[in-house]
Amino acid sequence: MTAMPLADSRPRFTDLVAAEWIKVRSLRSTYGVFAVGALVSIAICANSARSNVHLIASSADPAQQRTGIDPLHAAFVPEAYQILMVVAASVGAIAIVGEYSSGMIRTTFAAVPARRSVVAAKAAVVTAVMTVYGTLVAASSFGLTQAIYDAEGIGLPIGAPGALRAVAGAALLAPVSALVGMALGALVRHPAGTVVAAVGVLVLLPRLFEGDTYRWVKEIGNAMPYSAWAALVENPAHDMRPGGAEGGMRPVEAYPVTITEAWIVFGAWAAVALLVTVIAVHRRDV
Amino acid sequence: MEAAAGPMRRRRPPGQRGRVIEARELTRRYGRTVAVNGLSFTVRPGVVTGFLGPNGAGKTTTLRMILGLIAPSGGTVTVDGVPFRDRARGLRHVGALLDAGDVHGGRSALAHLSALARGNGIPRRRVDEVLAEVGLADAARRRIGGFSLGMKQRLGIAGALLGEPPVLLFDEPLNGLDPEGVRWVRGLFHRLAAEGRTVLVSSHLMSEMEHTADDLVVIGRGALIAAEPLAAFAARGTRRNVTVRTPDPAALEAALAAEGGAVTRESDGSCTVTGLDASRISELAFRRGVLLHELITRRSSLEEAFMELTADKAEYRAGGSR
Repeated sequence: MTAMPLADSRPRFTDLVAAEWIKVRSLRSTYGVFAVGALVSIAICANSARSNVHLIASSADPAQQRTGIDPLHAAFVPEAYQILMVVAASVGAIAIVGEYSSGMIRTTFAAVPARRSVVAAKAAVVTAVMTVYGTLVAASSFGLTQAIYDAEGIGLPIGAPGALRAVAGAALLAPVSALVGMALGALVRHPAGTVVAAVGVLVLLPRLFEGDTYRWVKEIGNAMPYSAWAALVENPAHDMRPGGAEGGMRPVEAYPVTITEAWIVFGAWAAVALLVTVIAVHRRDV
Repeated sequence: MEAAAGPMRRRRPPGQRGRVIEARELTRRYGRTVAVNGLSFTVRPGVVTGFLGPNGAGKTTTLRMILGLIAPSGGTVTVDGVPFRDRARGLRHVGALLDAGDVHGGRSALAHLSALARGNGIPRRRVDEVLAEVGLADAARRRIGGFSLGMKQRLGIAGALLGEPPVLLFDEPLNGLDPEGVRWVRGLFHRLAAEGRTVLVSSHLMSEMEHTADDLVVIGRGALIAAEPLAAFAARGTRRNVTVRTPDPAALEAALAAEGGAVTRESDGSCTVTGLDASRISELAFRRGVLLHELITRRSSLEEAFMELTADKAEYRAGGSR
């Protein structure tokens, strides 16, 4: 320590983003959650495609069976993406809860008193990392499942109607869920409690608002990230609703989620989650 | 402020005082408990200030309020005239070690300090400098989770030094340090103060402060007990003791009794004299021809002064003899 203070530098937001990136990068536990989540999700999708191929091969009428299968569906099996939602939410939650439960949050805020900037930088890093991650998982499961279907000649190219949209929608499910995880982490501030809350909000809550009996119930259900995802990964060329390409194989949905609504739902959840995180962290003592 | 190096002085408007920590009627309540109660004090630059109080006196709460981590229920506290939370970045203004455990155990020391430095726009070379300064250069790439408490203390001190701040806060920094570490930390505090910085060090042990602090802020049950130089605080304590060794304690007793000196015989054969200072004892003994082998003035009354003043202010005590 020679001269008194270091030359003062103008506070830059990019420095905070770089700092948060160092934090994410330097935690081995994050890598583990990433790897396991990706492998499980992709494996579920690949297995679905593989068993459908098997179904066609063992069918009495393979041609009929082939047309009955929606090849896009295997790339976006609901269970696989529910797992992805939970994994992404956990990663987002770790970014916040890890600081609170270890006490690191005090060191962080003593170093950078501008708490809102810290949270914004954290959210930026989490969003970027999870967008890349979600894209990897969605693109891999699309590529892998369609490659498996190519054996039966029904694999779709990425240029097929709705395919790119489905990959993009599935990819963005990851950052949206991660931001929701961050918000819940900021509110709950406890590791196990946050994961339970994330499963409740992202996976269980949509289940409570299903069915077309009451419009308002369905509309609430439609506003869930999972419902938005389901609408985005729908294969427009394989419409089984009455009047659709396959003609009435599926019951009519009275109040479906439109594609535009689905994107709005994603955006709204991300924005509200970020706002909740910023406000919760800013106001509370640490 | 005389010791302050050039750059700091040049940047400051002339005539303005140094970078003081100033608490005014600082209060913090938790429900019906009052942790800090109308606390006012000033911590000045250029000296080490000891922040003393029994466990539960409100030291940590006060330090956290200085850093804006918890909001006061009333009153204000500023560093260099500004509430710390109004700063965009903190490390160049205040360096703090609150709790050595306030780190993520999964990261390496290097990653931890690199993230702190980067967020404050502090050049990467400072990370290596502070790691070397606290003696953790060889452990830089090890996980913090595997560190001993002493190593974590050193890491926390490294973080506080990163921004070369004019104000430094340390909460119980001597915990877990070995004797060499304690000596090093004391030397560091004195050097930081000599460089013109404001150094506030908390402790619940008076004995730790005896060789560390120049000024004292003493609190008990959230309220101020004393804020003054250490020497002044020590003078408030009990009468001074003098330890005397003589082959003839009875003759010594007789020699001192006339002047009001009371002699207590200790189990190790020495005598403790109260009521007279060493030079007077020597003079009286010489006149009566009493041989003295040893004559030592005991100044450990600091601990006693602390105990006396905080006796009714201790939050938690064994035995419940309140």
